[in-house]
Amino acid sequence: MTATTVTTAPGAPAESSTAARRIEVREGQRWFAVCALDELTPGRGVAALLPDGTQAAVFLDRSGRPYVIGNRDPFTGAYVLSRGLLGSAEGGSFVASPLLKQRFDLETGRCLEDPAVGVPVFHCRTR
Amino acid sequence: MTTPTIVLIGHGMVGQRFLEALAARGATGTARVVVLCEEPRPAYDRVRLTSYFSGATPAELSLTDEGFMDEHGIELHVGDPATAVDRERRTVTSRSGRTFAYDALVMATGSFPFVPPVPGKDSTGCFVYRTIEDLLAIEEYAKGAARTGVVVGGGLLGLEAAGALRGLGLATHIVEFNERLMSLQVDAGGGSALRRTLEEMKLNVHTGVAGEQIVADENGAVTAMTLSDGSQIPADMVIFSAGVRPRDQLARDSGLDVGERGGVVIDERCRTSDRQVYAIGECAKAVDGIVYGLVAPGYDMAESAAEAIAQQLAPGDGSPEAAPAGTAAEAPRTFTGADTSTKLKLLGVDVASFGDAHGTAEGALDVIYSDSRAGVYKKLVVAPDGALLGGVLVGDAEAYGTLRALTGSVPPVPPESLVLPAGAGAPSALGPAALPDDAVVCNCHHVDKGTVRAAVNQHDCTDVPSVKKCTKAGTGCGSCVKVLGQIVDAELEANGVTVDKGLCGCFAYTRAELYEIVRTLQVTTFAGLLDSHGREEARKSDGCEVCKPTVASIIASLAPSIGADGHILGGPGGEQAALQDTNDHFLANLQRNGSYSVVPRVPGGEITPEKLIVIGQVARDFGLYTKITGGQRIDMFGARVDQLPGIWARLVDAGFESGHAYGKALRTVKSCVGSTWCRYGVQDSVRMAIDLELRYRGLRSPHKLKSAVSGCARECAEAMGKDFGVIATSSGWNLYVGGNGGATPRHADLLAQDLSDAELVRLTDRFLMFYIRTADRLERTSAWIERIEGGLDHVRDVVVHDSLGLCDELEALMADHVAHYRDEWAATLADPEKLARFVSFVNAPGVPDPSVQFVSEREQIKPDLTLLSGPDIPVRTADRKLEGTASR
Repeated sequence: MTATTVTTAPGAPAESSTAARRIEVREGQRWFAVCALDELTPGRGVAALLPDGTQAAVFLDRSGRPYVIGNRDPFTGAYVLSRGLLGSAEGGSFVASPLLKQRFDLETGRCLEDPAVGVPVFHCRTR
Repeated sequence: MTTPTIVLIGHGMVGQRFLEALAARGATGTARVVVLCEEPRPAYDRVRLTSYFSGATPAELSLTDEGFMDEHGIELHVGDPATAVDRERRTVTSRSGRTFAYDALVMATGSFPFVPPVPGKDSTGCFVYRTIEDLLAIEEYAKGAARTGVVVGGGLLGLEAAGALRGLGLATHIVEFNERLMSLQVDAGGGSALRRTLEEMKLNVHTGVAGEQIVADENGAVTAMTLSDGSQIPADMVIFSAGVRPRDQLARDSGLDVGERGGVVIDERCRTSDRQVYAIGECAKAVDGIVYGLVAPGYDMAESAAEAIAQQLAPGDGSPEAAPAGTAAEAPRTFTGADTSTKLKLLGVDVASFGDAHGTAEGALDVIYSDSRAGVYKKLVVAPDGALLGGVLVGDAEAYGTLRALTGSVPPVPPESLVLPAGAGAPSALGPAALPDDAVVCNCHHVDKGTVRAAVNQHDCTDVPSVKKCTKAGTGCGSCVKVLGQIVDAELEANGVTVDKGLCGCFAYTRAELYEIVRTLQVTTFAGLLDSHGREEARKSDGCEVCKPTVASIIASLAPSIGADGHILGGPGGEQAALQDTNDHFLANLQRNGSYSVVPRVPGGEITPEKLIVIGQVARDFGLYTKITGGQRIDMFGARVDQLPGIWARLVDAGFESGHAYGKALRTVKSCVGSTWCRYGVQDSVRMAIDLELRYRGLRSPHKLKSAVSGCARECAEAMGKDFGVIATSSGWNLYVGGNGGATPRHADLLAQDLSDAELVRLTDRFLMFYIRTADRLERTSAWIERIEGGLDHVRDVVVHDSLGLCDELEALMADHVAHYRDEWAATLADPEKLARFVSFVNAPGVPDPSVQFVSEREQIKPDLTLLSGPDIPVRTADRKLEGTASR
């Protein structure tokens, strides 16, 4: 389809042997590194692939805390939550879907507008 | 019992109100209702007729719609007036020959303009001022070669007509037989204050004289008017608005009692001398012997008549007399007379009169404040015991609502303090808080203060729009809206309700206040603003999805003058990038399946064949769906995030730049082909559209901005539906503002006319910067103009007359914007850090998002939505290398 190739990102940054910190997600008994911490802008997310092919949305809040939830917006089915805006409400952090603006609590995955709807939440840490 | 029939003759404002009153009483469900309407369109707002010349369309003036007629099963026959009434057989015949039998007949035939018997009054170029059709004819004629116009009559309508002629660019004369203007409403002092103000506006006022003769040329067209003092004024057109007379011919012909000086005689329930026939509005002569020419008394009569008829036709009761007796629970609604208080804005001048304005009561005393320099005149009429009887206000009618409501009572402060300007030694002006509950606030709908308070206290209304909806107050002439607002605010305050006008949970300031803070304190980061000016509990937090893009937009609008990074992905640590909605973040428009669309700028809609070919090639090479937009550009759909840089590399190479279709920013300036090609065009609209689009491209604003330029009055570019629209005239450009399409369409208002190129740009600069400075988040110019205090007049004062002394600054801000504009996409392509954001997956930059797939339709792609409705789709990468990263 495309005739043009543009290199848009450096290759696997976690490869670097320096002490660059990275965000890891727990997969069963293992921790899996999804990206380097400095690839994230606080308040903004990125999409990442987990080993089983699941799409995850990875966020960093202003205090440096990481969050990982499923990337699929349950209201529209589109894989876009990583492109939403992160915000704070009542002490917690949420992401607002970029499509129809529903907010999802980043710790529980629960939709703030409709508690019956939720997204998966993944354990994560910075290393 | 067969279904009774109610026939209404006349569908004006009062007729429509009668239908609504019938419907409210359920009478439309039990009776057949037939309406015969002479005009070619259903009821419209005749009070606001003149607003047609400032941009209101006939549709916007309409008071009803098909929905109302359908819902209530009302048969409306437009353009088919009643021509005869046979009271013996109880039938009405219409012009088209139809005959309707009636059980109750209502005449709401209104009035006709009185044309004095001046020789030559039938010459071509002579008009009356009554209907939309009259206005269309006046406009059409004035667009010809008319340079000078004469209005006969210096009353309320005459001044409206004079304003219309002036607005059409004619040198305008007003000829008034009385010694002063608006003699019915104001006294000599008020009349002369008004006259001075109008003369300053270059209107020629002739009082105490009559039109003696209209001089016509050999073709029968008006050329001049001779006055009774022997003088002659040149005139290309004449408008008669020397009062109205009741249209009672139908009643006379059918033998009903008619007053000596006209008007169908009615009783207090609006019944004529025939108990089956009613008359309401301007065609009726009320029990007090007055033929009312105002809408509020007409509405009152409509309500009374509707109640009487509903009772008369109630099942099981054929006699109107029996009805009230049988339902003695409530006294019947009657009409015995009305308050003729009025407040108007004529030619921008406030004029109000209320109560006994002329001091006719015995022993009445005047309290007068007059400032000729400022064109302000205020008179109160007070009884010997201190009770307020009435008054006249010219030039400043701010206190009208309060004063009118206080009429009949002894005000709690001395009367002189009610007319003195604030700060002139008097205690501060009396607010609506001092009004008693039974004081009528809205005269048009008879809503008293107690009802407004109840709307707040018992019906949970918290603002003026909800109170309007709940009580109907303020939905007539609108003159009480300010007082309504004050009562609502006072009531909420008394209830301990604080109305939080803050932007969101993070900021207690409005967008306009944040703009001022950012501008004056030169705050260049969101975090800095949140930590210094956020709500206590929100400081050090992340903000939210409301304030982040709003503040990002404010910083972007002001970037050059406060020294912030102007690129939307810039700022310290890329902070700006983190604040943007996804569209701004990826400089493209997110679509429902997670793909994006791309719109290059095509200024003015003008594009070379070479560029068209490039767009075609790019769309073909990247497999994109293409569609022509409403803004004269081409939209390419179906791009994945990781394809955007490649697409834009090709577009930028070919000379395209960002179209900002993704931003709350200037979108397009549409144009027609203008005088270059079109045989009707009078100016080069394409060049002007391109100039404006290139000037304002990239300008971040509270909401998107759309514009258009039409090369002649045919308006093919639809400029009246834009935030700022430009229409060519033979001598320059007219600038219209506040138009909108979409769900709540609004025609733009004329801001200024016959502007040179430079004047047009200067006013547009000021207008846009004033909007950006004061609008709320996501508030289009149309809503903004309706919301801000003073409305269009205020905007015009600020941007045309520089009433706030802001214009230099507004122009400087725009000059900064123009000087610092850079194409966002070119800057993004040149910066590897910014480009790094354009990947589907951070840990697999080469892998496309598998959920973004397409199927074919009409030889193009469309999103494959089946992929989104099922369970999660695992992503299979070719080499499964991802597994390995876990061990690192």
